[in-house]
Amino acid sequence: MNENTFVIDGTPIPFEPGQSILQAALKADVFIPHLCFFPGLKPNGSCKLCTVVVNGRPGSACTLLARPGIEVENNTPELNDRRRLMLQMLFVEGNHFCPGCEKSGNCQLQALAYELEMMTPHFNHFFPSRKVDASHPEAFLDMNRCIMCGLCVQASRDVDKKNIFAISGRGMASHIVINTPSGRLKESNFSSSDKAANVCPVGAILPKRRGFATPIGQRRYDSLPISTQTEFLTTRKA
Amino acid sequence: MFELENAKATQGLRRIAIDPVSRVEGHGKVTLLLDEQNKIHQVRLHIVEFRGFEVFIKGRPFWEVPVTVQRLCGICPVSHSLAACKAMDIIVGAKQLTPTAEKLRRLMHYGQILQSHAVHFYHLASPDLLLGFDSEVAQRNIVGVAAQHPEIAKQGILLRKYGQEVIHLVSGKRIHGTGAIPGGVNKALTAAERDELQKNLPQLIEWMQGGIQVMQRFYESNTAFHNSFGLFDSNMMGMVREDGALDLYHGYLCAKDAQGKPIFNRLNYENYTQVLREEVKPWSYMKFPYIAELGPEKGWYKVGPLARVQTCDFIPSPLAEAARKTLLAIGNGQPVHSTLSYHWARLIEALHALELIQSLLEDPDLLGKELVLSGQRQEEGVGVIEAPRGVLIHHYKVNEDDQVSMCNLIVSTTHNNQAMNSAIRSVAMQHLDRRVISEGLLNHIECAIRAYDPCLSCATHALGKMPLLVELIDAEGQRLSSLARNSNGECRADFSLG
Repeated sequence: MNENTFVIDGTPIPFEPGQSILQAALKADVFIPHLCFFPGLKPNGSCKLCTVVVNGRPGSACTLLARPGIEVENNTPELNDRRRLMLQMLFVEGNHFCPGCEKSGNCQLQALAYELEMMTPHFNHFFPSRKVDASHPEAFLDMNRCIMCGLCVQASRDVDKKNIFAISGRGMASHIVINTPSGRLKESNFSSSDKAANVCPVGAILPKRRGFATPIGQRRYDSLPISTQTEFLTTRKA
Repeated sequence: MFELENAKATQGLRRIAIDPVSRVEGHGKVTLLLDEQNKIHQVRLHIVEFRGFEVFIKGRPFWEVPVTVQRLCGICPVSHSLAACKAMDIIVGAKQLTPTAEKLRRLMHYGQILQSHAVHFYHLASPDLLLGFDSEVAQRNIVGVAAQHPEIAKQGILLRKYGQEVIHLVSGKRIHGTGAIPGGVNKALTAAERDELQKNLPQLIEWMQGGIQVMQRFYESNTAFHNSFGLFDSNMMGMVREDGALDLYHGYLCAKDAQGKPIFNRLNYENYTQVLREEVKPWSYMKFPYIAELGPEKGWYKVGPLARVQTCDFIPSPLAEAARKTLLAIGNGQPVHSTLSYHWARLIEALHALELIQSLLEDPDLLGKELVLSGQRQEEGVGVIEAPRGVLIHHYKVNEDDQVSMCNLIVSTTHNNQAMNSAIRSVAMQHLDRRVISEGLLNHIECAIRAYDPCLSCATHALGKMPLLVELIDAEGQRLSSLARNSNGECRADFSLG
């Protein structure tokens, strides 16, 4: 086996030093489910969907570095059961009404639910009462759909250098806040061309007035399942 | 107060409930109050579903609304989507669409009319008409029709399938697609899709003409029954284009009285609030609309196929217009009000939809590239369309942040609320009064409701304005106590709303 190679589910995966297990896997066209990883942003391991078993110990594939010779379990019934369970918890924790959501078909959460064959939410819905912020002329924020991945926080802080979004509260009360006196996006210097405007994996941050302009059949995950779109997932840019 | 709406005294009366009313869309029930001699004292169609779209749509972005509100219904989602889109066209300043966008929306709408009418006639109503109102109940369904009239059942299924396919190719899905968007549509047809839809159209038109003949034969074999069943006079309302032709997608509102004389003519539907009012009653979640100048007692009206074919001056497609003339001839110069004529008119409209689809599919605009327009942003928009069941009104206000701030929906079945109640009271007096009540006789009541093809889940929108009356009644029918809430939200104990 090559020095810079490791194994996922029996398949040798080449990697470059410094790559995470997730990055190397996607590059080698091996899909590991994930929500909070976005190319170009520092992995933070918050969603836990990419949890794999490395040499017998579970860990986040997005934060664990690839190392020569490690053996990684990924696409196993046990891990996929856990991932499905996490998706179900994400669905019931927020208000995810796919039938009326314009992100439908382009939504990573929805695509993963299809991929992992989540047939029902299983748990009782929380039906939380969360804020909608339509004050900005270019963007619509619907926190009912937020999954707390933290990508908008990172992108705004590390790439846009605007620091508009932050996570406030603890545990179940954690939520995204806007860094303005009124807490409304209108007063910020947010722009629809910001990285933060374009990294949301769900329909929580959306450009205004685009809606359902893309026909059914031509949306990102309409024709091909997310597991076959590894090239897109590694090369996408906000 | 309408006759048989409220019994003078309920003590000692027996209650029969038809719950749920079957072979209709949505959930409703009928209650009858009878005395010991089976004399009927009260008949009501209750709508027991509760939805609330007008409230929870508030605060949502306007471009989301057409997709969300179409979830009101699984049978006529296209109608809700298009009515909302027509309102949002005004909001985005695109009152006039590109020819491609308008024709694609019309195509989708005609597909919707065809599939909905086919479902209703063949799947829901034909068991009564072909097998008998009081035929064996276990057979009185589409499976029974398929057993005894396999060709008719097959044609019904394939006619519906074609309508669904039209919707699928324009909107991306057979049910709850996204084709229409504010200011236009999100895709045109491809040449291959158009060619696919053109296949077998002549056969479908022939089948639909056969369906009309089925209805005509029923009329000829049961003329007296047909003419008297659920008969009552009423006003009628429908949409026509400027020259008086039936237009199911866009036009002016017209209302005629029971004798066919105009009440209002060529009304710009954006001004609907000037002519229509809605009344609420404590025993139903469905409102009771009426024409303002005539008041609630005389101003109620019917909508839908039978009203439409008589409020228009003509149908602008030859086969349907010929069929319309045949239907109107049974009125001997007077408007036709017999309840079962709704079925006949519905099939004529389905034929009209097929003729329109045929003509549209020859139009190169369907393959065009200019799909969406926008102009000066507006704050308020009204969209009206002739849904399969009648006039459908969507009215929205949108704030400067693009959020819906007001939503009012007057859904087709709501317009027919009083008409359906009048129909079942007429049938109850004709067929049930002082007789031993059987399942077959109760089905007569359901047949009267069914003729209107009501969509009860669409039609319940009285959130926050609903008077309610709760009564505690003992085994002898004696009212022990009651609690009432009026339409202002005030509650009073032992208070009757009458």
